[in-house]
Amino acid sequence: MSKRKVLLVDDERDFVEALGERMRSRGLKISTAFSATDAIKMTEKEDYDVVVLDLSMPEMNGLEVLRMLKEHNPNLHVIFLTGHATVEKGILAMMSGAAEIIEKPSDVETLVRKIEKVTGKKMVDVESGQGVGPDRNMTH
Amino acid sequence: MDGKWDIIGNEGFEFMGKMNASISHEVKNVLAIINENAGLLEDFTLMAEKGMAIDPERLKGLAGKIQLQVRRADRIIRNMNTFAHSVDETRSKVDLGEVVAFMAALSDRLASMKGIALEVTPPSRPIMITTSPFLVENIIWRCLDFAMAVAGPGKTVVLTADKDDRGARITFSRLEALSHASSPTQFPLDVENALAESLGGQIVVNEGAGEIVLGLPEAVD
Repeated sequence: MSKRKVLLVDDERDFVEALGERMRSRGLKISTAFSATDAIKMTEKEDYDVVVLDLSMPEMNGLEVLRMLKEHNPNLHVIFLTGHATVEKGILAMMSGAAEIIEKPSDVETLVRKIEKVTGKKMVDVESGQGVGPDRNMTH
Repeated sequence: MDGKWDIIGNEGFEFMGKMNASISHEVKNVLAIINENAGLLEDFTLMAEKGMAIDPERLKGLAGKIQLQVRRADRIIRNMNTFAHSVDETRSKVDLGEVVAFMAALSDRLASMKGIALEVTPPSRPIMITTSPFLVENIIWRCLDFAMAVAGPGKTVVLTADKDDRGARITFSRLEALSHASSPTQFPLDVENALAESLGGQIVVNEGAGEIVLGLPEAVD
C-alpha cells in the first residue's frame, strides 16, 4: 500500500519539524512548508492527498490559501490547525471547503485518524505492517 | 458623534481584546511546539523500551527546544502582565523609550501576520514623561496599525522615541507609501484625535518625509 502524501504547513518551524517526524513514524509521507507561498508552489509541483494547514499564518490567512489550493486541485483534502477552534471558525472553514479543523495543541493520533477519515484509508505502518503508532524503524 | 470619553472607552476595550487575543494565540503556538517535542520524546521512550538505541544528543536537542519555548512563553506572559498592569494608574511617570520597545514587542506577532518587521531605535537616554500609560500604549498601537497598513507586506516600520521642545515624540518612519495615491489616507480619525487630545498630544502626518509623528507633553494636565 502506498503511503498517504501529506503536506504540513505552519510558520512555526519547530512545530512542523517535530509533528512531521511523529507523522512519518506513523506511516505517512510528509513534506513540510513554512510559508503559504511555499505551500502553494509545492502543491503546484506535486500531488498531495492531504494538506495540514495553520489557519493563521503571515502573508495570507489559511482561508485564502485554501481557496488557492482548491482552485488548483478541487479534490485536495485540507485539514486546518488553529490556536482557537471556535464554532464560527469551524463553520467558515467547512463552508470554504476544509475537511476538518483541529485545535492546537493537538494529539498526533487524532490528526492521523482525521487524515485516515478524509482519505478513506486506514494508515498502516509500511515497515511493520502494524496500525498507527511510532515506527520502531524510524531514523532519529 | 459619541463624546470623547465614549470613543476612548470603546477603543480601550477593543485594544485590550485585540492584544489579549494575539497573546493567547502566541501562547497556544508555544504549547503546540512543546506538545510535539514532548511527544517525540515519548515516541523515543517507547522505541527504547522495544530495544532501539536512542542517541542522547537527539534527546538533549529536544529538551533544549522545549526549554527555548518555555523561555518564549515566559517572555509573552511577562509582557501580558505588564500590559494588564498598565491600567493600574491613570497617571504615572514612564520612560517613553521603554513604552515604545514594549509596544513593539507586544505588537510583533500582529506585525508578523501582516508580513511586516518592526524596528525600534533605542534612545540614548531615558525619556521620562508623566502620562496615562494605557492611553499612550493605545495611541501607539493606533499609529502603528495605520503605519503598517501604509507600509504593506515585506516592509519594515521603524519606531523612534526622542525628546523635543514640547516634551517627547514618537516617530513612525519608512512610510514612503504615504505619498502614494493608493495609500490609506484617513488618518488621524476621531479615535486617534480623542486619544491625542486626552494625552495633551498631537499627531502629525508628514507625507513628504514618510513619517507619522506623535507628540506628547512632558506631563499631561
